[in-house]
Amino acid sequence: MSAATLTTPAIADSAAKQRRSLLLVFCCTLLGAAAQVFIKTGATHIAHPSLLTAALGMVTNPSLFAGYSLYGVSTVLLVIALKDGELSITYPVIALTYVWVAMLSYFLMHESMGLYKIIGIALIVTGVAVVGKSKR
Amino acid sequence: MTPVVTPFSSMALVFTGAFIGSIGAAFLKAGAGRLKMTVSALATNWRLAVGVFAYCLSSVFFVYGNTRGELSVLYPIVSLGYIWTLVWSRIFFSEPFTRTKFFGVSLILVGVFFLNASSR
Repeated sequence: MSAATLTTPAIADSAAKQRRSLLLVFCCTLLGAAAQVFIKTGATHIAHPSLLTAALGMVTNPSLFAGYSLYGVSTVLLVIALKDGELSITYPVIALTYVWVAMLSYFLMHESMGLYKIIGIALIVTGVAVVGKSKR
Repeated sequence: MTPVVTPFSSMALVFTGAFIGSIGAAFLKAGAGRLKMTVSALATNWRLAVGVFAYCLSSVFFVYGNTRGELSVLYPIVSLGYIWTLVWSRIFFSEPFTRTKFFGVSLILVGVFFLNASSR
């Protein structure tokens, strides 16, 4: 962007674009969390883990296939988000995926939700907010 | 449950995966900057192709690396990818490397450790 176009409307426009990018990458994290739950389910069923069986499992194991398909969709959304958003602001938001995975594990797989997990979730959400709010 | 020891090989695999993934993110960003929604433009956008390939490759490393070991150790190593991405953003896209961004990413790293600290 040249200096001549850096008028107030241009700044407001770029801020709006960054917001749209953040919204898109937020959707990525929801899809990514669903993908991870599928992949976790699939990965534990690989009998003899190796780079080859892990790669083959992406096609032959239904859970892994569903997981990686969802990853595919979320990657498309990420690319659209990166078109207008800064990489260093947009990318760390993906850490929210961990928060959704912890919540899905708690609600769907009845895993425990201890004090450490709650502290972790609070730190990640704060960290994402700090990065998201950082100046361009 | 018996405590699981995290083998060094798992750490190395996940570390490598995170590094490859962060390079993939940089290529996705470079490709996204040249994004045009026509078939020929998408087919010749080699930066996007490299980014997607790097992503897939990093996933193979994660699946393999995460089969053994503690998530409290392995997931924060995965999150190191955010630090690499900050570096690539500065070098390749001239985005400011601010203390605020570094602080935010550091909070995320500590958070990822705590989130997995109890899951053995």
